[in-house]
Amino acid sequence: MALRIGAAQGFSGDDLRGAREVVDDGVDYICCEALAEFTLTAMHRERQHDERAGYARDVGAVAEIALPAVAKGEARLITNAGALNPLGARQAVAGVARELGVEGLRVGVVLGAELTGRLDELVASGADLRHADIGEPLDSLDGVEFAAAYLGAYPVAEALAEGADVVISGRIADTSVFMAPAIHEFGVARDDWKQLGRLAVMGHLLECSAQVSGGNFSGRWWEVPGLDAVGFPIAEVEETADFVVTKPRGSGGLVSVDTVKEQLLYEVGDPTRYLTPDVVADMTSPSLRDAGPDRVRVTGAVGTPATDTYKVILSRPAGWSAAVGITYTWPNALDKARAAKEILDRRLERAGAAPLESWVEYVGAGALFGVDDAACDPPEVVLRYAVRCRTAEETGALFQERMGGLAATGPPGSAASGMGTSAPSPVSEIWPALVAKDLIDPHVRVVVEDLA
Amino acid sequence: MTGLRLGEFCQARSGDKADVANVAVFAPTDATYELLREQLTADRVAAHLAPLVQGEVTRYEAPNVRALNFLCRRALGGGGPRTLRSDILGKTLGPNVLRMSVEVPDELAADLVLLRPPARR
Repeated sequence: MALRIGAAQGFSGDDLRGAREVVDDGVDYICCEALAEFTLTAMHRERQHDERAGYARDVGAVAEIALPAVAKGEARLITNAGALNPLGARQAVAGVARELGVEGLRVGVVLGAELTGRLDELVASGADLRHADIGEPLDSLDGVEFAAAYLGAYPVAEALAEGADVVISGRIADTSVFMAPAIHEFGVARDDWKQLGRLAVMGHLLECSAQVSGGNFSGRWWEVPGLDAVGFPIAEVEETADFVVTKPRGSGGLVSVDTVKEQLLYEVGDPTRYLTPDVVADMTSPSLRDAGPDRVRVTGAVGTPATDTYKVILSRPAGWSAAVGITYTWPNALDKARAAKEILDRRLERAGAAPLESWVEYVGAGALFGVDDAACDPPEVVLRYAVRCRTAEETGALFQERMGGLAATGPPGSAASGMGTSAPSPVSEIWPALVAKDLIDPHVRVVVEDLA
Repeated sequence: MTGLRLGEFCQARSGDKADVANVAVFAPTDATYELLREQLTADRVAAHLAPLVQGEVTRYEAPNVRALNFLCRRALGGGGPRTLRSDILGKTLGPNVLRMSVEVPDELAADLVLLRPPARR
């Protein structure tokens, strides 16, 4: 029997219906990828206001769905929802277990991914924090709000080996969340690059939930059944680490070579060197074949040795941003939107706001393609004017201007409900870097305990 | 020869990592993949995306899925958490590249199954 690994979340906030279907379909492991660059920043902000926060809040809702199957010994749950507070997430899961009357649960927690308090020490130990994409050195550690490494699958596999029914981690790489069960069950060695390469391909295909099974599909999307409730993916992994991608019986969506191949290259750079903490996978190596309705068999992938660094992200405050949106109508909708943009320019200037940057879109006239189709005469155009400033007050100036009634004082005929408007909010920028594993591994701890 | 927009017969998906985006373009057949390899150069894609992508564009090949993968730097207005764009995740860069055209020999164009949804009533 193949090992069935189910993707119950591709991000925090993902459709819980998808998780429920995966659990009901019967899987050996319920795996949740709960973190995005965005999510970590949001978790950090929550923790600033409440030190008990800092983990993905829907870990409780997911636990509610998963724990009955876990309690029966049918499945185990793995999630990186711990984010910046894995022990907080553990507490939330323990609370759900109590409510459900589930006893004797063994919970593993992986600690050590967060580096916020360790940065000075890391730099003193020779960590190189230059920007991983552009090579620029980091000028200073001042203002770094939080930092985290993307750990690999082995600490999770270790927790499973110690009998954990539930494993909660901080920042574990997306792929690793899904690889850990197979590594544990098949006893995959840390230098078995072929097996690990295959498992990394599997993890990568599952990590964005519905994006492999009919969601965000650029092919014949109109033929995908049940787009309102796309089934989340399940991998049936053989001991060779070749696998089939499928989805719960009766669920919506579509698993075909065409849907799976799009996800194979999603967020990939050089496809022959897809870097994960556990292995460098070669996305050009597997072959994809249809193997029945909603089943795609993925075989023959390979990998090469993992690098000696972990990806690390540092987050720094980048001021405040806000956006206003106003819809202008024919005739001359684009001209009206342009005129309104100039009005906002001048009013911002008068209010003393000096945006660090601004971005203006004429939605309906080519905004998303970065073109400004002056010749088109659409029935309506949305002016979306976004700014980033040093302070909340400066962004507030833009926001107040719309509230102050551009609909009544500017060009004629606008729908004033504010499409695309977002209130001033603090923003951060992410600085990716590569840090030697030797500096991080000694601080990684795996704690497995029975719930009291 | 017929000029055809990629969106008529190719798939594409794009995604983000910090301020870097990738755009993968998938050809439906070996013959059309060859056309893409000849005509869809990194320079052409960089020029097409220039208003949005400020950095370098590198092209990679994935023949197992008949894909060209374009890695675009400084592509997302500073990256996810801070970008001011309405497309905060770079998901529209794929469709954007599908607007580009390639020259398709007539006999090949005649055989293509076009990606067109049925007309709505």
